[in-house]
Amino acid sequence: MDIQLTINDIALTVPEGMSILDAARTINIDIPTLCYLNLHEMKLNNHIASCRVCLVDVEGRRNLAPSCSTPVQHGMVVKTDTPLAIQARRTMVELLLSDHPKSCLTCAKNLDCDLQALAADLGVRNISYEGEECEFKIDTSSLAIIREPNKCILCRRCETMCDDVQTVGVYSAVGRGFETVIKTAFDLPLHETSCTFCGQCLAVCPTGALMELDQTDKVRKALNDPNRFVIVETAPAVRVALGEGFGLEPGTIVTGKMVAALRRLGFDRVFDTEFGADVTIMEEATELIHRLEHGGRLPMLTSCCPAWVKFFEHQFPDLLDVPSTCKSPHEMLGVLAKSYYAETYGIDPKKITVVSVMPCVAKKYEAARPELGQSKVIPDVDIVITTRELSRMIREAGIHFNHLKEEDFDHPLGESTGAAVVFGTTGGVIEAALRTAYEWLSGQTLEKVEFEALRGMDGIKEAVIPIGDRDFRIAVTHGLGNARSILEKIQAGEAHYDAIEIMACPGGCIGGGGQPYHHGNVDILKARANAIYQEDRSKPLRKSHENPAVLALYKDFIGEPYGEKARQLLHTSFTKRRKI
Amino acid sequence: MSMCDNPSTDDHYHQLDRYIDSLHYKKENLIGILHYAQELFGFLPDKLQLHIAQKLDIPAAKVYGVVSFYSFFTMKPRGKHTANICMGTACYVRGAEKLKEEIEKQMGIKTGQITEDNLFSLDSLRCIGACGLAPVMMVDGKVYGRIHEPEEVRQVLEKYRPQG
Repeated sequence: MDIQLTINDIALTVPEGMSILDAARTINIDIPTLCYLNLHEMKLNNHIASCRVCLVDVEGRRNLAPSCSTPVQHGMVVKTDTPLAIQARRTMVELLLSDHPKSCLTCAKNLDCDLQALAADLGVRNISYEGEECEFKIDTSSLAIIREPNKCILCRRCETMCDDVQTVGVYSAVGRGFETVIKTAFDLPLHETSCTFCGQCLAVCPTGALMELDQTDKVRKALNDPNRFVIVETAPAVRVALGEGFGLEPGTIVTGKMVAALRRLGFDRVFDTEFGADVTIMEEATELIHRLEHGGRLPMLTSCCPAWVKFFEHQFPDLLDVPSTCKSPHEMLGVLAKSYYAETYGIDPKKITVVSVMPCVAKKYEAARPELGQSKVIPDVDIVITTRELSRMIREAGIHFNHLKEEDFDHPLGESTGAAVVFGTTGGVIEAALRTAYEWLSGQTLEKVEFEALRGMDGIKEAVIPIGDRDFRIAVTHGLGNARSILEKIQAGEAHYDAIEIMACPGGCIGGGGQPYHHGNVDILKARANAIYQEDRSKPLRKSHENPAVLALYKDFIGEPYGEKARQLLHTSFTKRRKI
Repeated sequence: MSMCDNPSTDDHYHQLDRYIDSLHYKKENLIGILHYAQELFGFLPDKLQLHIAQKLDIPAAKVYGVVSFYSFFTMKPRGKHTANICMGTACYVRGAEKLKEEIEKQMGIKTGQITEDNLFSLDSLRCIGACGLAPVMMVDGKVYGRIHEPEEVRQVLEKYRPQG
């Protein structure tokens, strides 16, 4: 049933059950909020009405109503901008600020903080309330995420994200009253929990309470060390989001400018993680065919996403033989830079520093996994920075990003196909794998390379793809809660697939925890996904096994895909971990 | 896999598991289960909370959050006897703060702690509905009212000390 009401004297009709706040948005009236977040496509709905800044005047009501949790009613007369409502909002923000560090200038979230922006919008010029301030310890235990609970405003978005979307459940509000704080179980350091480091908590944190571990200092140090040969590689999802940090429209493709900026920053070689993605497809498609022909474990699950890998290690330790053993693309590129490239050009691999620019915070943790390296002193990847960190480095260096002339990646680890580009969004890895597996299995040319059924923001996508005389059953999921439901079906013997792609972040890497903040606007993710597909269409080659540089790599160095040298350098193993 | 240190704790875990198994609604009964567990073990240490979380298939952080929220639940071992001081309004205006200091002095601990001989835990609570007897202290559920003098405190505590 539709409900008719007026908001600020504008008559409108909205569906029953809608909140006043959402109703107001339909007529372009923004009621500020710091806690409410309803992202339908991600199945995220945080509506605990804790921040109290969305208060509005409702005619006939004794007190102000929290618009996020008050459903519309027939004939309701709402005013969002009365002096009473605005003053109440300002008071709420002042109260929040009274127990918040006043260190905005030195905060990593400076100029990207919802609380700061709201205080500015409301013209808060002094904080009338003085009193005790919380003093919780900062958790720097993990290699990916920093938790600073003193900056937390108890909006619970992180908790809702971790519980409802990712079903990991690392956080809980602990204690009560003034002492309440978001903690891990038994206040364990984050590093000792089941946290997957997907970073979706920090992607929705309205303040600087949750941040990525900043590793730009390490990059600068390497760049300024004359004895280091510093190689950078960039993930597909970075080039469709980096521009947002420079005021460009979401979905602007900035590949060439990004490469130019990286050269100006002083990197010795600018390579492309997409080369690693093409190699991943060579390995993964071969592994899949190997499993099919040798009665191996099916379905095969993708293993590109480090948060997903850590998720199944904790949550499904009995399924460790299900995922592909392929390393993730940036690790593949890293190990190839320090072996193939180093050998070809006579560089001591110990002197090479590989820096990955990723849309992801879990990659920081992944790079430090001890098994991902040729030895302790030669890790595949040395340093990982996020899209946000790169954007800061470019600004810091005073580079006018938008005016840069486009440049190309360096040869040969900078060559890539359209199949590698689509790795950046949900459905892309399996689509890329199919483009190759189809041709290898059927011996025919795949004319239509787009697999539309595997694209889009639906949480679980399924398709049956006929290849030769066999039907391939494919599933694609993004968001760890969706992954869990598919894995539970596999465990129960209720689901039968040949291959499943899983990405931890809603939307895939384009929605990664290290991307520019979307501030609740899911359309930004869609624009980035569209840009990924546009970049794919613009590539002359769109199948990984047609990448000439990749073919040369196999001919000159690796030998057979999934062969002995490939397994030694490009594959990995997984570890059982406890669930807590 | 046993999470237990000795046979009696082992028995407690089995008894707790049987209790949980007997419940039709399990996750929904978290608070009841925590009550039962605390009755059985005396307190709710981390590994017991983790055991309950795994048994109910809910995040350990959630169990920890609930335990931390309710002052009834305790994560530290308790003394043989639990003494409580009422800090409700009526008791407070009639000298509960002074009473608290005196008890702390005689026990040699602060509120929230446990005596060295494990005889007493000392806690405070808010109003037990005996305002007419303010200020009030309670030991193992028994109420002692109008306690003002150090000697009166001594007499109450003496009842719980082993004789001889």
